[in-house]
Amino acid sequence: MRSFVFPEFEIIRDEERCGSCRGCERQCAFGTHTYDPVADRLVSDDHKCAGCQRCVIFCPQKAIVVRPSPSFYRPNASWTREKIEDLKRQAETGGVLLTGCGSDKPFRIYWDHILLNASQVTNPSIDPLREPMELRTFLGRKPEMLEISREGEEVEIKTELYPNLTVETPILFSAMSFGAISYNAFKSLATAACRSGTYFNTGEGGLPREMRGEFGRCAIVQVASGRFGIDAEYLNVAQAVEIKVGQGAKPGIGGHLPGEKVSAAVAETRMIPQGTDAISPAPHHDIYSIEDLSTLIYALKEATNYEKPISVKIAAVHNFAAIASGIVRAGADIIAIDGLRGGTGAAPKAIRDNVGIPTELAISSLDRRLREEGIRNQCSIIAAGGFRSSSDVIKAIALGADAVYIGSAALIAMGCTLCQKCYTGNCNWGICTQNPRLSGRLNVEIASQRLSNLISAWSHEIREMLGGMGINALESLRGNRDHLRGVGLYEWELDVLGIKGAGE
Amino acid sequence: MMIRAAVSKGRPSSVPKAGVSAGAGAVSIDAAGLETRELNDRLRELLLSGTKRVEISHVCGQRYIGTRLYTPERHQMEIDIRGTAGNDLAAFLSGHKITVHGNAQDGVGNTMDSGEVVVRGRAGDVLGFSMRGGEIYVRDGCGYRAALHMKDCEGKRPVLVVGGGAQDFLGEYMAGGVVIILDFDGESRDASFMGTGMHGGVIYLRGTARVDQVGAQVEISPADEADRELIEEYVSRYLERFPEVEMTKEEILASPFVRLTPRSKRPYSGLYAY
Repeated sequence: MRSFVFPEFEIIRDEERCGSCRGCERQCAFGTHTYDPVADRLVSDDHKCAGCQRCVIFCPQKAIVVRPSPSFYRPNASWTREKIEDLKRQAETGGVLLTGCGSDKPFRIYWDHILLNASQVTNPSIDPLREPMELRTFLGRKPEMLEISREGEEVEIKTELYPNLTVETPILFSAMSFGAISYNAFKSLATAACRSGTYFNTGEGGLPREMRGEFGRCAIVQVASGRFGIDAEYLNVAQAVEIKVGQGAKPGIGGHLPGEKVSAAVAETRMIPQGTDAISPAPHHDIYSIEDLSTLIYALKEATNYEKPISVKIAAVHNFAAIASGIVRAGADIIAIDGLRGGTGAAPKAIRDNVGIPTELAISSLDRRLREEGIRNQCSIIAAGGFRSSSDVIKAIALGADAVYIGSAALIAMGCTLCQKCYTGNCNWGICTQNPRLSGRLNVEIASQRLSNLISAWSHEIREMLGGMGINALESLRGNRDHLRGVGLYEWELDVLGIKGAGE
Repeated sequence: MMIRAAVSKGRPSSVPKAGVSAGAGAVSIDAAGLETRELNDRLRELLLSGTKRVEISHVCGQRYIGTRLYTPERHQMEIDIRGTAGNDLAAFLSGHKITVHGNAQDGVGNTMDSGEVVVRGRAGDVLGFSMRGGEIYVRDGCGYRAALHMKDCEGKRPVLVVGGGAQDFLGEYMAGGVVIILDFDGESRDASFMGTGMHGGVIYLRGTARVDQVGAQVEISPADEADRELIEEYVSRYLERFPEVEMTKEEILASPFVRLTPRSKRPYSGLYAY
């Protein structure tokens, strides 16, 4: 059937500069560029272009520009180009629209409407280059009270403490499975996490056996509804186990890794046959209630000899704070809350762009709810979904999160340009693909260095902002909404965030 | 100034050993009045001290028996349970042989990796959920949602044999493994939604199955010769474990068997617009 859809991008080649080296042809797994030997020139098919900019950045002559196609339908506020073209694609295929990455829709980004405080004159600010600044964070259940004994110089905590994760900076890598992302991308995250004193999350794709010894010490392993790649060793080499109930990009639905992406190595790690669809059902079929969830939480505590904190990850949806309270009471040590803008390797577009609530509002609601119920100490909160910079992170902490998960930001550090074609398996950046020719492009040493650099840069910025507020330990900022003010927000939004307006 | 913190590492080894006694070859534990965690503490201690056989009496709903018995050295143990085993018996089981002389509640063999579980009685709901290796034999019937999302992979194929019937949603989302339902009591005759979303593995059902009892993704066909060989092998193993069953192998195998298999291992391949 002839497609009536415009190409999304327009490729402009400067013929003067182009040396016909065919580099762009090799770089593009979508087959956008082809060489015409008769004319000795490269031709490009705009229809195939994903807009990932790989060819632009790797063209030695800087001869290519890729920009959004300027073609337009008659302007219409209701029937935008995106709506018209999505509809056409469905008319042509009869299928569910699939997409990748987090939602790109213009929902209000609250981070951009919240401002931080700084010290002036009284309570002087602190220079993090000269003074110690504490970002170390402990994730997990805390006791109701601490009993301490003191003999001379020696102080001993008498209270039996619960197992906690120690993270040197409040930034962890979000769950991204081997299968969704390439082995090299997965290993880069693991390498950077170990090097930077933080953790990576395996997602529901298992942890390759040869990585267990070296990287278990900085791994959070996931148990999700498909139960892929789980054995007792997997649970025990990790430092924490996360039960994935929901994901911000697709709350309420499961996932399928298409058979094309289930290579021999992915199959072995997930412990499934090669080439089959790896289906994660929407619910866990052994969890239909908070009591059932508690059964699984304690099954995992038993399986790990009560040595590791158990996290439960849910998507932020309308009534989630009450559910989260139940989850804490069910025995979870950490709640990971994933908001509206959370990323994904593949999700139905209708779900990604229409279900859930923004992370910022979710953090504040959850923190407040748990405080009101007097159970905030029983769990830590890791917030996820749409963190773009260190200032987003520090605002999240002030709203009540203990730490954050970054996914898209980590992928961007490795080269991702958010082209949203992750589900095709043709990622030219070698990140979201199982094609060895493509994944080989991602050098683990370089990619992990880029990730470590990011963590280091953000951590330093967080120290600067903390110092500016006259605070020398991150935990003094946690839930400290007095350091935040809103601009351009409605009263109800300020109420949900629990912050005052600027100038108040 | 030194600060020392007492971090919980399971239970300290100074737990009193009351209720543990060594019999002929097997160590006995009286589970009466023991909490789940206390019982599993003792089992783990015994495993680490090299015990090979344990008998637990008066089990009354204690959960996760067998779950905490993974060690990097892969210590192995045989456990006999008298009473009713609670939820998630043998969840995440890594090796070991567990025999329940009585019934078992929900979630037997949840995400089990290897080993063997024998239930001389009945098992509850979600039996063998996401099981990826090892074998489970249940003498009588089982509840709803058995063999959900069971899966197999290179060199590992789980097997579930149930003497009685299975209820609705047997083998939902099943991705691998072998399920044999002998249906002595005819309970499975009324079961519905069998194999809904199935995309791997095989279910053998003694008797027949109607199209309205299975999911749209399921193909019903009579068991062929190769199937019957496999069924015979596991019926023999079933009868070895349950000598009290009055039927003989020949009587069991004289009945027809149907095979439920998925029509496709890619059930969602046509679902999306790219």
